Amino acid sequence: MCRLILAVVFVFFAGNSMAAGPLKHEAQDWSWNGIFGTYDRAQLQRGLQVYKEVCSGCHALKYVAFRNLVDLGYSKQGIRAFAKTFDVKNAEPNEEGETFTRPGRVTDYFPSPFPNEQAARASNNGAYPPNLSLMVEARPHGADYLYALLTGYKDPPKGMKISEGMNYNSAYPGHQIAMSAPLDEGAVEYTDGTKATVRQMATDVTAFLAWTAEPNLEERKSMGLKVMLFLFAFLVILIAMKRRTWADVH
Amino acid sequence: MEKKQFDNKLVQWVDHRLPVFSYMNAEYNEFPMPKNLNYFWNFGALATVVLVTMIVTGILLAMQYTPHTTLAFGSIERIMRDVNYGWLIRYIHANGASMFFIVVYIHIFRGLYYGSYKAPRELLWMLGVVILLLMMATAFMGYVLPWGQMSYWGAQVITDFFTAIPIIGNPLTEWLRGDFVIDNATLNRFFSLHYLLPFVIVGVVALHVIALHVHGSNNPDGIDIKEPQDTIPFNPYFTAKDSVGLGVFLIIFAFFVFFAPNYLGHPDNYIEANPLATPAHIVPEWYFLPFYAILRSITFDIFFLEAKLLGVIAMGAAVMILLIVPWLDTSKVRSARYRPLYRIFFWVLLVDCIILGIVGVKSPSDLVFPGISWFDYKTLGLIGTIYYFGHFLFLMPVLGLIETPRPLPTSISKPVISLSSGGGSAPIGAAAAKKEKA
Amino acid sequence: MADKESTHHGRRDFLQLTSIAVGAVGAASFGWPLVFSMDKSAEVKALSSTELDIASIQPGQAILVKWRKKPYFVRRRTKDEISAAVKVEVASLRDPEKDSARVNSDRPEWLVVGANCTHFGCIPTGAKSTENRGEFGGFYCPCHGSHYDTSGRIRKGPAPKNLPVPPYKFVSDNILRIG
Repeated sequence: MCRLILAVVFVFFAGNSMAAGPLKHEAQDWSWNGIFGTYDRAQLQRGLQVYKEVCSGCHALKYVAFRNLVDLGYSKQGIRAFAKTFDVKNAEPNEEGETFTRPGRVTDYFPSPFPNEQAARASNNGAYPPNLSLMVEARPHGADYLYALLTGYKDPPKGMKISEGMNYNSAYPGHQIAMSAPLDEGAVEYTDGTKATVRQMATDVTAFLAWTAEPNLEERKSMGLKVMLFLFAFLVILIAMKRRTWADVH
Repeated sequence: MEKKQFDNKLVQWVDHRLPVFSYMNAEYNEFPMPKNLNYFWNFGALATVVLVTMIVTGILLAMQYTPHTTLAFGSIERIMRDVNYGWLIRYIHANGASMFFIVVYIHIFRGLYYGSYKAPRELLWMLGVVILLLMMATAFMGYVLPWGQMSYWGAQVITDFFTAIPIIGNPLTEWLRGDFVIDNATLNRFFSLHYLLPFVIVGVVALHVIALHVHGSNNPDGIDIKEPQDTIPFNPYFTAKDSVGLGVFLIIFAFFVFFAPNYLGHPDNYIEANPLATPAHIVPEWYFLPFYAILRSITFDIFFLEAKLLGVIAMGAAVMILLIVPWLDTSKVRSARYRPLYRIFFWVLLVDCIILGIVGVKSPSDLVFPGISWFDYKTLGLIGTIYYFGHFLFLMPVLGLIETPRPLPTSISKPVISLSSGGGSAPIGAAAAKKEKA
Repeated sequence: MADKESTHHGRRDFLQLTSIAVGAVGAASFGWPLVFSMDKSAEVKALSSTELDIASIQPGQAILVKWRKKPYFVRRRTKDEISAAVKVEVASLRDPEKDSARVNSDRPEWLVVGANCTHFGCIPTGAKSTENRGEFGGFYCPCHGSHYDTSGRIRKGPAPKNLPVPPYKFVSDNILRIG
């Protein structure tokens, strides 16, 4: 009966995950997969470079602050200098009551490329480039999807009509996406000398966005291992205690 | 309640004026429990633990959360990123809701299997159904608070149920929302009620426990306690047994929190609510899926009643019917252990609920088996729904009348003479004999 | 029941006590994140330094600035105010501190002190010379009548401590950075 109940639970879960999209994407071997998975710092740094040089022109990274970049292995000075390369709108007006922009500080968040949704749509042919900070969590199998999307720009199959201003993409639901292929061979020049192929850049920026979606992943998993170890030990003690307590009943 | 003499002077002083210690002693220390309870009797205690966990984590989350349409989503992200261990507390709370329902559903099916709803425990059972209803309302409103796409559209669909009510439907729905649409007024009242209802649940749980302790726990044999050898005190025996169940449960809970925290959730809820775009696949959380399937399976009008209203009525009735289960079951015997026919249909009902759950995530027009064009999930859902109500309204009363129950043991500590197999109660007699010697 | 309990009393006690102890350790470890969640969050702790232009502050005036969300007085003291602060017999003070220990020795005209009264945290008056500066010409807290001198030291009233001096430095002639 116990097994049956477990089966019930599993069928429920399986059923729930079946609700994912109709498209299945090839699973990639991400460094953070599995219970021991962690992020690859060098990969995240390369991904940040791709985001800054390619994506940030249109896509916001609203929930990520420059100070968070210490997680990527940068020094405080490095982050301060990096933040200064961004123009940030000051939250409060100046003494004349005017809003003004200033060089970014570590406490600032990545500035949005457009002041509002309307402005974003106006410069992007009516499409709204979404905020990327949570993208990996906001799609089923988000990292695999994102990688498939970034590497999914191909010639459309024969006979398929692509609408004005749209591009064929094998991973995008409906296969017609407003964003034109963002990554070209050598679109960035990696500071660590890695060759900037489309696949390399897609992998790196996906890794970076996995980190922006869940910066606490490593802490979660390492804490989880300790908690599990504790709970299993505790369970052994409890079982022994229960047996001893019940020894004279049955 | 029996007054106990305590050694400690302060305890004595307090107990003489407010008998909390006597109460705890009588109800949780010396309280006589049937000694043949199996691990399915753990789930009430587990539900209590989850309830407390949910309230504690919920209070802490409420300290960080902002109930405003423009700020709610961002405040959740702040909890996940900036609040110390905020991610941990939120993942516990979010997965805790699922754990709560798993535990409570097992608890309910335990009751159905062993006839725990039968006299004299009818009110105990009905209070349990009230708790389930309150849990559903609380879970639904809690899911709206992050103000993601599923939050918003879930709230839209669920509040739209009320528009099915003739004449007053629309004004009632707008009154519930406090607006023409789901908006800040709705979010604020959902937050308020999401904070309130758990404490109402605590109150009903207290009544549930009081009702339980009048006649004590039912047991796998479903027979009354007849002699002192039938029982053992709650402490240490069931504190120990419940602890083992809790240990196992915590491992499962922790697995989800630490290694699959978003598995039971939906990716669309990581997209901020957008009143102008509905997600492509809108599904409720898993614990509502069977009810959602029942709602969607009614697609036809009956006389002047519209399909929409009928669907809502059917869904409500699916829970409400549990309230009258004590009177639908005509059997003289409680436990399915001694009811060969009911036992089979119990498992069929469980499978039916699972099928309804699967129907709940599927698109109604998808085919169950490719190639059989008439058999889509809508049809399967309708069959499942008819069976669900058929179980309670037809099978339960009829089975009790036509079934020949197997012979019951004379008491918990004495087996039936002719019983060869049936829940392994044979060693109990031996144990009792040994105990009498001891 | 009683006889049964005595049978295995010793061993049962040991395993039960172990269970309770391990459970208590677990509960406490779980309690810590819950308690700690109520403390300052990362975005609050990350708040860094505050820079301000002090050129426009006239002698005898002060402005209120915020550093890490808390208010601070930046006061340009007059010659008389400085000498009044220096002359005080330190030993007679409730919270004995020399004026020179509370200001930048190169630029003693600038007094930078916390603007929350050390009694119960009200903001004293006295930033503008037109406001009540108390009996010692510094600051006066209207909540419970604490008087501070021109070095921000407590001289009269219920407050126990001097107004605290935050870490600060002059980045250039006119730019002051607190923190």
